[in-house]
Amino acid sequence: MQLNSNLKDGKPIVSFEDVFYSHPNGNVALKGVNFSLRQSEVLAILGSNGAGKTTLVRHINGLLKPTRGKVSVFGEDTKQLSSAQLSRRVGIVFQNPNNQLFAQSVRKEIEFGLRNFGFSEDILKKRVESALNDFSLLDYADRPPMELSGGEKKRLCIALVLAWDPDILILDEPTVGQDSEQKEKLSEMTRLLQSQNKNVILVTHDVEFVWPLQPRIILMANGLIVADGTSQAVLSDSDFTNRADVLAPQLVDFSKLMGFLKPFPSAPFEAEKILRIEHG
Amino acid sequence: MLRPVSATNSSNPVLGRAASDLIEIKDLNFKYFGSTTPVLQNVNLTVKNNEIVLIAGHSGSGKSTLLRAINGLIPHQHSGDYSGEVLVDGLKVSETSMSVLALKVGYIFQNPENQIFMFSVERDVAFGLENLALPQAEMRERVDWAMELLQIKSLALRAPHELSDGQKQRVAIAGVLAMKPKILILDEPTSLLDPFTAKSLVNLIRDLRSTLGITVLIVEHRLDLVAKICDRMVVVDKGTVVLEGSPREILSKTDVSLFGVTEPTIVKLSKRLSLEGEKLALDAQELTTALKPVA
Repeated sequence: MQLNSNLKDGKPIVSFEDVFYSHPNGNVALKGVNFSLRQSEVLAILGSNGAGKTTLVRHINGLLKPTRGKVSVFGEDTKQLSSAQLSRRVGIVFQNPNNQLFAQSVRKEIEFGLRNFGFSEDILKKRVESALNDFSLLDYADRPPMELSGGEKKRLCIALVLAWDPDILILDEPTVGQDSEQKEKLSEMTRLLQSQNKNVILVTHDVEFVWPLQPRIILMANGLIVADGTSQAVLSDSDFTNRADVLAPQLVDFSKLMGFLKPFPSAPFEAEKILRIEHG
Repeated sequence: MLRPVSATNSSNPVLGRAASDLIEIKDLNFKYFGSTTPVLQNVNLTVKNNEIVLIAGHSGSGKSTLLRAINGLIPHQHSGDYSGEVLVDGLKVSETSMSVLALKVGYIFQNPENQIFMFSVERDVAFGLENLALPQAEMRERVDWAMELLQIKSLALRAPHELSDGQKQRVAIAGVLAMKPKILILDEPTSLLDPFTAKSLVNLIRDLRSTLGITVLIVEHRLDLVAKICDRMVVVDKGTVVLEGSPREILSKTDVSLFGVTEPTIVKLSKRLSLEGEKLALDAQELTTALKPVA
C-alpha cells in the first residue's frame, strides 16, 4: 500500500494536539493529550486501570473522535475519516477478544476482514494459512472461536488484524493469558513489524514484557500523559512511575539497589557480564 | 524436595490420609465429553492445610480443569470420562453435592465479571449466603465482615459494573469468603489488573492465609509477583503433574519456560550468577542482598 508522501519528509504518522475526550456520561477520560509518533516507532502506553490508555488508542483508529483538540493519522484529521477508512491502515486488537469475534470458525474469522477489504480469493487463502500458522492456530482452524481459551482468542484477534497488513498495529493487553512461548513470539513480531517500518503501539500492564523491547514509553494517569521518553529515561525515574502507579521492571529496581548509573536494558547475560567484572 | 512425579505415585499409600491433608487427588483421569484426548492423566497431588500452592503450566495444560475437579464443577457440571478420586476435607468430590462443596471451596474466576451480577456490591457479597438460607442477622454480620476484610465497605451500595477491575476482583473474593470456605482457589487473578493492584491482591492473599488460616490454590503466570508468597509450586504439563517443590527449588533446577512459564528476569540473572536453591533470588531486593556482601 502507498504511504502518503508527507511521511517521507518525517512528518508524524500520528499526532495528538491538546486532545480532550468526555464520555457521554460526563466522565472526562482525556484531559489535554499531546504527542506524536514517527514512522517505525514502537510505543508502549502504561498506567493504572482507568488512566485513559484505551480511550487514547481508540482515537487512533477513529473509533472515538476528540471532544476538543485534534487527532491526525497519516496527516489527516480523524474527524474527516470514517473508522472503516482508518481501520484498513490502523489495526486494533481489543483488550477483550469477545468484542472482536463473531464468525462460525477461526478460519472464517480471519477471512472476514480480508474479504471486507477486497483482497482477491487467492491472496486471501494464502494470508489465512500463514496467519493460522504464525499464531499456532492451525489445529483450531475449523472450530468456533468462542470455544477457544482466553489466550487463544487473543492470538486469533492479533492474527486476523495482522492478516490485512495494517501500517499501525495497536495491541491492547496482548500478553494476557499468553504463555512464555507466545510472549516471545509477540516480541519477535513487534521487532519484525518495526523493521518493516510499521508502528506498533502496546497498551499493557506487563512491564516485564515491555522492558526488553526498550520502546518509547508514555505513562498515563488521570487522562494525562505524565511522562514520554525512552524506556530508560521513563521507567528508571521513580517520580514518573509513582505518579502513574506503574511498577518499575525488576532489572531497573535491581540496578538502582546496586547503585548502577544506568539500568540494564535487557538480557540477563549482559547484566551478568557486568556483575562478574564488578564482583569478581 | 523437588521430585519428578511418577504416574503411580499416590500420596502416602501406607499411612493413608494425614490429618493435615486438606485436598487429596489420587490417580485422577478426566476426558471432556466429545473430546478425544484426556485433559487430566494420572494426576496425584496432596495439598496440606494452610498452604499456598502455585499451579503453573502452558495454557491448555489442564490447570483450570484440575481446579474444577477440586470444587466439583468436574464431574458435576461438566460431563465426561472420570476416574480416580478427589477428596476435599475428607469428602469424596464425585459423591458430594456442589452446594456442600461450595462451603468448602471458594472459586475466583479469571474474569470477576463472570461471578458478579447483582445491583449492589453488598447484594453481590450476600448472594452465596442467601442461597444457604442463613438467618438474616448472621448474613448481615458475614457480609460486613467480608467487606471489611477486603476493604470494600465504602463501595457497599455501588453497582458492581461501575467498579474498576481491581475492585470487582475484591467484590468477587468477598462474596466467596463470606461463605467461610477452607480453600480459596484463584484462576489467574491478576491477569486483568495493573501491577500495583495486582501486587496488593497478592499481599492480600498472603494476609488472608495467615489471618483466616485458609488454604490457597492459585494459577498465575506472573511469577515475579506471586512466587514469593507460595510455599509450593506444582507444574502441570499435558494433563499431569510433572514437577512439585518450593518455587525456589523448581526455578533453580528447571527451565520453567519449557512449561510455558515465563522465568522472571531476576531469577534468570540469579541463576546465571550461580545463586541457586535456597539462595535463588526471587526479586530485586533479594538479589541485591545476595550480591552486596561480595562487593
